[in-house]
Amino acid sequence: MLKRMFARPESFRVYYKEFFHQASEIGIGSLWIVIIISLFLGAVTTIQTAYQLVSPLVGRELIATIIRDSTFLELSPTVTCIVLAGVIGSKIASELGNMRVSEQIDALEIMGINTYTYLILPKIISSLFVIPCLIAISMFLSVFGGYLAGTLSGIVSNTQFKTGLLQDFVPFNLFFGLIKAFVFAFIITSVSAYFGYNVKGGSLEIGRSSTLSVVVSCVLILLADYGLAALLL
Amino acid sequence: MIEVKHLSKSFSGKVVLDDVSCEMKQGKMNLIIGTSGSGKSVFMKCMIGLIVPEKGQIIYEGKDLLEMDKEEKKELRTNVGMLFQGSALFDSMTVQKNIQFPLDMFTNHTLKEKRKIVDEVLSRVNVSDANNKFPSEISGGMQKRVALARAIVLKPKYLFCDEPNSGLDPKTGLVIDRLIKDLTTEYNITTVVNTHDMNTVLESGDNILYLHFGKKEWSGTKEEIIFSDNQLLNDFIFASDFLRDAKEKRMSEMK
Repeated sequence: MLKRMFARPESFRVYYKEFFHQASEIGIGSLWIVIIISLFLGAVTTIQTAYQLVSPLVGRELIATIIRDSTFLELSPTVTCIVLAGVIGSKIASELGNMRVSEQIDALEIMGINTYTYLILPKIISSLFVIPCLIAISMFLSVFGGYLAGTLSGIVSNTQFKTGLLQDFVPFNLFFGLIKAFVFAFIITSVSAYFGYNVKGGSLEIGRSSTLSVVVSCVLILLADYGLAALLL
Repeated sequence: MIEVKHLSKSFSGKVVLDDVSCEMKQGKMNLIIGTSGSGKSVFMKCMIGLIVPEKGQIIYEGKDLLEMDKEEKKELRTNVGMLFQGSALFDSMTVQKNIQFPLDMFTNHTLKEKRKIVDEVLSRVNVSDANNKFPSEISGGMQKRVALARAIVLKPKYLFCDEPNSGLDPKTGLVIDRLIKDLTTEYNITTVVNTHDMNTVLESGDNILYLHFGKKEWSGTKEEIIFSDNQLLNDFIFASDFLRDAKEKRMSEMK
């Protein structure tokens, strides 16, 4: 499927428009859920970290450091991408599945259009741009959520949080999180496109392929998560 | 004209098409008829290239489809229009965008020119004031007309219609049949219609191919079908007592 996807487009103008359309569908369509998840991820991590830090020998600044590193390294890229696998992956699988079942893909093929290139390539490329952006937003909001929860509840002071946030900062951690987002974006779109494109049957099979695409994407994300951590850290 | 020679296809050992040969004539309504599961759809999909047969030739103007390279196939496909059973209009696009889509992909017309062409084609299939509607907002009959407009927008040489009046009431079905027939004559295109609708057969069958369990059982015109003594064909076409009586009456009148 991936090999057949890279062919010369019939019309660059149409593909260019389709790229932006998909970028908007994936980006704007998932922005709200990313915002909500990220704020709560940060907030919950702050409260739970504070709950576990009982020793008076450990400074409260450490809470912010833990939030920063866990968010950049794991929570934002992995948890958000697992949620995005449900949101974007199921949408792509069911959209392509419906197009397959209702013969819209056949209609495109009869017109002489390479359906792999037209239907799948813009989705994958736009997700490779948009999902890392969503993860970057998620990282920021997650830390912000932690800050809000920590300062409003009195767990950590404003100064302590800022000190902890800048303490022992390793820029590679941020970069590593974005590498993960890039890899996960490819997994989410290519797996869901594969399951959607190859649906056979009716509406029941569309539902099944949609569910299967989410399950397989999540498993592959976790495997890739482990693989990347083992390779790059 | 399309020539099909000794076409065979099987799925998992089950023979679906068995040595079928026929000619699809230019400017005529070429009908493929047969009971459900007789191989009509597979035959049509083989002709278009959506299914690759095991044996046989499908010759478009002297060139075998199965031996064409990628570029030749691509060129052929821009000369092929298809009307699907379920219309297969793109859900996410309006009527205007659906018809404009092939123009966007394969022509360099300006937006103004494309809009003019879309309006012309829509008026040809008798659809008005639907440009900005989505397929889900229009009736089944109108969806077929729009799909037909999309199929002919690039002025194809070959038009394939898969059960064009299924799901439509007899009157609307007849309107669609007549529209396809008029377009066939007007543009002098080779039209292939896959149907088991008797109105279509008796109204517009210029060249009919009857398939029975994947084999060519009979071929002829709508006039010849009345006088055919092929038992399988008669059982299929004149299935009800009413139609059998009507056939006998017509035969006695013609004699």
